[in-house]
Amino acid sequence: MDRIKVEGTQKDHQVLLYALSTCGWCKMTKAFLKDKSIEYEYVDVDKLNSEDRDLVNKDIKKRGGRLAFPTTIIDDKTLITGFKKDDISKALGL
Amino acid sequence: MIKLENVKRRAEMDAKTHGYFLTPDPDFLQNLLEGLKENEERYGYPSCPCRLASGNFEWDRDIICPCDYRDPDVEEFGMCYCALYVRKDVADGAKPIEPIPERRPQAKIDRASGKPPEKKIPPDITGAAKDTNRKFFYCKVCGYVTFREEPPHICPICRAKQEFFEEIVLDTKIKVR
Repeated sequence: MDRIKVEGTQKDHQVLLYALSTCGWCKMTKAFLKDKSIEYEYVDVDKLNSEDRDLVNKDIKKRGGRLAFPTTIIDDKTLITGFKKDDISKALGL
Repeated sequence: MIKLENVKRRAEMDAKTHGYFLTPDPDFLQNLLEGLKENEERYGYPSCPCRLASGNFEWDRDIICPCDYRDPDVEEFGMCYCALYVRKDVADGAKPIEPIPERRPQAKIDRASGKPPEKKIPPDITGAAKDTNRKFFYCKVCGYVTFREEPPHICPICRAKQEFFEEIVLDTKIKVR
């Protein structure tokens, strides 16, 4: 499964975003990260085949989340379901 | 090719019918409408832009916009899951738009991710009656009947207010062989 990398000047944290290409909240999250110049990678899960979707579901569940979008994973440990700006900012030390 | 203006008109009419409003932020609204258009082109039906659809109509039936969860979500949180439909106080800016919890049952979510459900999902009408608290209500003005958790904000037929709705209590038992 390919992750799409968005370049940014802030590279202190490893940020992975599971998103849907159609979702308004996901677009807001992407815009927020870009606005803060955070480097991140994302996967548009609606564009994946069912095997990869299942992998994403398992990955999110393994980290204690549930399959909802956007799911932001910061430094491989903090999982945030939904565009919760304050939680994302806190995890990124903004 | 689906026209965006048709997607928009359909949403506007539906909001008007049910006494809701569309999300007030024009950019956010545009994103959601484009998402609905994309899904309609992709799957043949406008499934929720903020949920993962399977592409199987039967499996996605509950998340086709307006989804089965819109009415209880607008009632409880003032907006639906993707925030396309909002209540008046949210439309007026008195209450901010923010993410709300997912009401859709986990088994249905898992099914869209390609994994077979752990247990059989009951047919929709029974499932809906079991996993939510839906009841029958009728409009005392025009007789319109609806099956949902709370009576509607306004009657979609005659525009009577919520106070004109009364729950239908069935005292007959339905015999299932």
